[in-house]
Amino acid sequence: MANFDLNKLTQKIQQGVWPIIITLAHLILGVTLVYLNPRSNLAFLLMISSFLSLYALKTPVLFKLVTGALLALVIIPVIGVRNIFYLEVIFQISVFSALALGLNIVVGFAGLLDLGYVAFYAVGAYLWAFFGSQQYYVLHFAPGTQPSNLPFLLPSDMFYLFIFLAIIAAALTGILLGTPVLRLRGDYLAIVTLGFGEVIRVLANNLDKPLNFTNGPQGITPIQKPPMPPAFVDIFNSVFGRFVGHTASVADMYNVMFYIYALVVIIIIIVVTRRLNDSKIGRAWTAIREDETAAIAMGIPLVKMKLAAFATGASFAGVMGVLLAGSRTFVSPESFSFMQSIGVLTMVILGGSGSIPGVILGAATVTILNLQILQGLSLYLSQLRQSDAVIPIINFAWKNLSNQLDPAKYQRLLFGLILILMMIFRPEGLIPAKRQKRELASDKVEVKG
Amino acid sequence: MKRLFSSINIRELLRPIGQLAIFSLGSAVILSAIVLLLALIMDKTAVGLGVLARFHVSLFTYTLVNLPQVLIDGLTIGFVYAAIALGYTMVYGVLEFINFAHSEIFAVGAFVGVEILIFLDGLGILSAVPNWAAFLILIGAILAGMLASGLLAVAVERVAYRPLRGASSRLVPLISAIGVSFFLQDAIRMTESLTTGQFNRIFPTFGNFDDRLKFGELPMGANMITLGVSIKSIIVIIAAVLMLVGLNYLVNATKIGKAIRAVAQDRTTANLMGINVNYIISFTFLVGGLLGGAAGVLYALKFTRIDPFVGFFPGLKAFTAAVLGGIGNITGALLGGIVLGMLETFAGSYLGVFTIGAAGTEYKDIFAFGILILVLIFRPQGLMGENVSQKA
Amino acid sequence: MSKRLFAVASLLIVASMLLAACGAPAAATQAPAAADKVIKIATQSPLSGDMSAVGVDIKRGAELALNQLGAPLAGMGFKVELAPFDDQGNPDTGVANAKQIVSDPAILCVVGHYNSGVQIPSSEVYHTSGLANVSPANTNPKVTTRGYPEINRIVGRDDVQGVVGADFAAEKGVKSVFVVHDKTAYGQGIAEFFKKESEAKGMQVLGFEGTEEKANFDALLSPIMAANPDLVYFGGMYGQAAVLFKQARAKGFQGMFMSDDGFDSSDAAKIGGQSLIDGAGTYYSTVSGPATLYPGTAKFITDFKAAYNSDPQPFAAQGYDSMAICLKAIEDAAKANNNAVPTRESVAKAIRALKDFVGITGTFTFNSIGDPTSAKYFVIKVDSADPTAWSKNSIAETLDIAPPQ
Repeated sequence: MANFDLNKLTQKIQQGVWPIIITLAHLILGVTLVYLNPRSNLAFLLMISSFLSLYALKTPVLFKLVTGALLALVIIPVIGVRNIFYLEVIFQISVFSALALGLNIVVGFAGLLDLGYVAFYAVGAYLWAFFGSQQYYVLHFAPGTQPSNLPFLLPSDMFYLFIFLAIIAAALTGILLGTPVLRLRGDYLAIVTLGFGEVIRVLANNLDKPLNFTNGPQGITPIQKPPMPPAFVDIFNSVFGRFVGHTASVADMYNVMFYIYALVVIIIIIVVTRRLNDSKIGRAWTAIREDETAAIAMGIPLVKMKLAAFATGASFAGVMGVLLAGSRTFVSPESFSFMQSIGVLTMVILGGSGSIPGVILGAATVTILNLQILQGLSLYLSQLRQSDAVIPIINFAWKNLSNQLDPAKYQRLLFGLILILMMIFRPEGLIPAKRQKRELASDKVEVKG
Repeated sequence: MKRLFSSINIRELLRPIGQLAIFSLGSAVILSAIVLLLALIMDKTAVGLGVLARFHVSLFTYTLVNLPQVLIDGLTIGFVYAAIALGYTMVYGVLEFINFAHSEIFAVGAFVGVEILIFLDGLGILSAVPNWAAFLILIGAILAGMLASGLLAVAVERVAYRPLRGASSRLVPLISAIGVSFFLQDAIRMTESLTTGQFNRIFPTFGNFDDRLKFGELPMGANMITLGVSIKSIIVIIAAVLMLVGLNYLVNATKIGKAIRAVAQDRTTANLMGINVNYIISFTFLVGGLLGGAAGVLYALKFTRIDPFVGFFPGLKAFTAAVLGGIGNITGALLGGIVLGMLETFAGSYLGVFTIGAAGTEYKDIFAFGILILVLIFRPQGLMGENVSQKA
Repeated sequence: MSKRLFAVASLLIVASMLLAACGAPAAATQAPAAADKVIKIATQSPLSGDMSAVGVDIKRGAELALNQLGAPLAGMGFKVELAPFDDQGNPDTGVANAKQIVSDPAILCVVGHYNSGVQIPSSEVYHTSGLANVSPANTNPKVTTRGYPEINRIVGRDDVQGVVGADFAAEKGVKSVFVVHDKTAYGQGIAEFFKKESEAKGMQVLGFEGTEEKANFDALLSPIMAANPDLVYFGGMYGQAAVLFKQARAKGFQGMFMSDDGFDSSDAAKIGGQSLIDGAGTYYSTVSGPATLYPGTAKFITDFKAAYNSDPQPFAAQGYDSMAICLKAIEDAAKANNNAVPTRESVAKAIRALKDFVGITGTFTFNSIGDPTSAKYFVIKVDSADPTAWSKNSIAETLDIAPPQ
């Protein structure tokens, strides 16, 4: 054990049966509280954070797997159908985790800063949006002027085929963009990818003439969802019905279904990422990230390896794009702004670039911050402002507080601050990658040039 | 007195102006030739016939008659980009670091300048002043904007970049810069909404800046196309040239400029030679900020309306311009700005006509980024940059 | 093994941060559940980011309406609260907020959104839980053509307002137009229908261009000046339109300008100044009548300025009316329910049952899909370059027009 710097408490909770007890206590407490207060954000966060205990405390692998699966596949769907907001939060955490894991391959492993990552997400989303909707029959109409009651181009179960097509399409886009620009140095590459992200968004916004491919700013809707097996709804209701408290509708079960699909994608990404990272390719990426010149000298095919990272990262985003188009039944260029790219980057940096658990933690933190905490604080402030309460001690009436000070209004300020503070105080992220941590430790003795 | 004059390096003062004239003329001639050639080729195709039907002139005449105004407009927006690009290039030249927050430093300059003018307008001063006084007030606003931006740039460097100077990866300060950029956008918005409650701020109308000098008219079918340039455009162009000349002189002909170049070349050795590296870097940011602040007020003058997010797109374009010209190279930034401005204006003006309306001015941004990618592929050091090998 | 240390430490940090941050709101969201006479009305609009100028004022308009018109419900013993949400102009956030909104049983009505791209997916959520939604700004026909019984809007559809503009231009004897739009669902939607109707009325459409540019319109102006149309129409918001008009006038364009209800802001005069008056002048179509003739509008502008120290942006008045409709419908539904808290379904039904509800932007009766049965449009002429005289602009024409079914 190299725990020379752990204090006694941490040592204690990592020994014997304590980890199992603490994890279970955390989980059970969280679940019970959520069950008793189906609308409490606090209880929900306590429940979700039990994933952290599960990850951090030293328990047998089998215990981790079984408890994790129970939480992810049984408890969350049941809680989520009771309160669809929670399921939405978890769904978005999953979607952004998958995106962040994809970006992590590019930024964290290969060290290529990609500021236009959502472009690949857009490629996947628009792929299914075009083929899974009526858009093919709208090609010759200006946006908004098409007749209603058009047929769908493809049957809805083609959704699954398009998940695979999206992998290919996004990877090809990645290679197409990457081939010319990957020879560039880090910061140039960042700006070019930023430009590329804008180009894709501008194309999505403008390809409504001469032929109307994307329906321009109006976006494409409705997009088909994959068919829902009726048995799924029935089984869920008969098994979990009494825990949920009401009969789950088809719409509820679609939420559960897309959440589970997102989970499957995440698991595949994690497996692929780990296998890649431990392979020759992963070591080549690390070498490139650390010192390109030395990597070339060692005979690493630079452009090929960078392309591999780019294409792998892109294909994950493509898959999530199809999933997004299917779950929202609506796609418009607004979803693929530069702000989204920065959001995903923030997740990677916050959690720890190069670290799989870190990136997932980052995605969860940013999403919860954005959807629950900031909004929650704003709602609370607005409630106080509508009440007669005063701030004690200074005797200031909440009513008089300027409503310009809503935390939700200053989301960018907060993201900016997170990026700056993380870079200054903890550039390796909340849960640093093993390899990177060693480097950062050794960096401290180096002299800068 | 004589000593003062002899110490001014006249060559360094004139050199950039000569280069500028050559570049402006060169890019104008090349782009005009391309577009006229295209017009000649397509004159008899469906495109030409379409133009004939709509405007009752041939495609070639249409292109030719519109060309002078397109060139003037392209040059003006080019100088705006160039003025912003100088700040990027200055910082990059010394630190090899893209100051992503420069676009917000630019925006802060614009806000400070405009707020001062709005305040004066509120006092009723602006509406009554004669033209020469209006001009002086404008200069005052520009100086105030410069000061605010300069100080902000120094503060940002001190807080968000200096602690990261020894970071293991080049990406670390870049990400911090992106953070600063977002932080400042909302900080401007918060300040504005707490004080004025407004989102849009509007450059007050005063003086004769909106007047237009007319050069003449060109007949096109039944229409007359007026040729002209507004006084504010001329102010922007002159100011940008002054900024270039001043910066060029500062870097290439003064003692502190020598120190800046030394730090840019080799920080460690410069330190050993007794140069205070931290001071020089702060000074560099100060100069970059001053330039950004001036560009901000000029931008507000030219385009009237600003908001807290005003910096983002001009900043991105200006960075593209800096890379296009060869980032780190002062004249290159100006050249890049001019070329980009011209290209964009050409694309925006003619694309709709040449594609029969299938693609129009909405693609001009794609043009800018497309050019950026092409330049980086074939000439990564930019049009004027020297080939620098990568620093580890 | 210090990974574990970091993990434990970060767990503690995150947990304590979350506890600190959420303790308060969590407690707050539970507290009202105990008092069963609390009714909440949610707003959803972009409060952050570059669309926040309009989004914040939609919320403020709604807030003002709640403060001024909440008395009848308060008299019945209800405590009515505003629950403002920030959709960030982003569909993902909008949908998540929508789900949070429907999971709060105290929320009976939603005023929102600004972006059709956010409204369309979010309203799918409102629809599944029967929650009434009154849209203050979404002009995309799809908002109502899906036929959901809960989703209503008080603004005119693209295919109404674009038509109003083109008809007016035709009456004015305009022979040729150049149509520009801002590449948003709103601006392009109106522009497409303006173009279509212009062609139907026999006007020559000399150009149809979209641009996201906010400052430098030189490149776009070259083809406009070459085409020299009688009218330049802009589909979009005043922030772009007024800048474009000013630059066009500076280049010597003498024809007419026209825009939509996104132009209805005194800031337009501040930007455009004299250039809006010169030549053949500037017109815009809107549903809110000019303050001089409509005391409701005048009072709204004064009250808004008094409350928030700034002029209302476009759609603030619509935010006010949307809230007014929600309040009235809840009141009706509560009365039918013996002064108890009504169900969401009954509120949605009560909105559709409203007859000639008088707001400040029109008199509303909803048709079977949630559009106002007839939208009264004013085409207004900008009379003065002085921003303070904006509310004295004169009506050039009044049109009553029913939306297509």
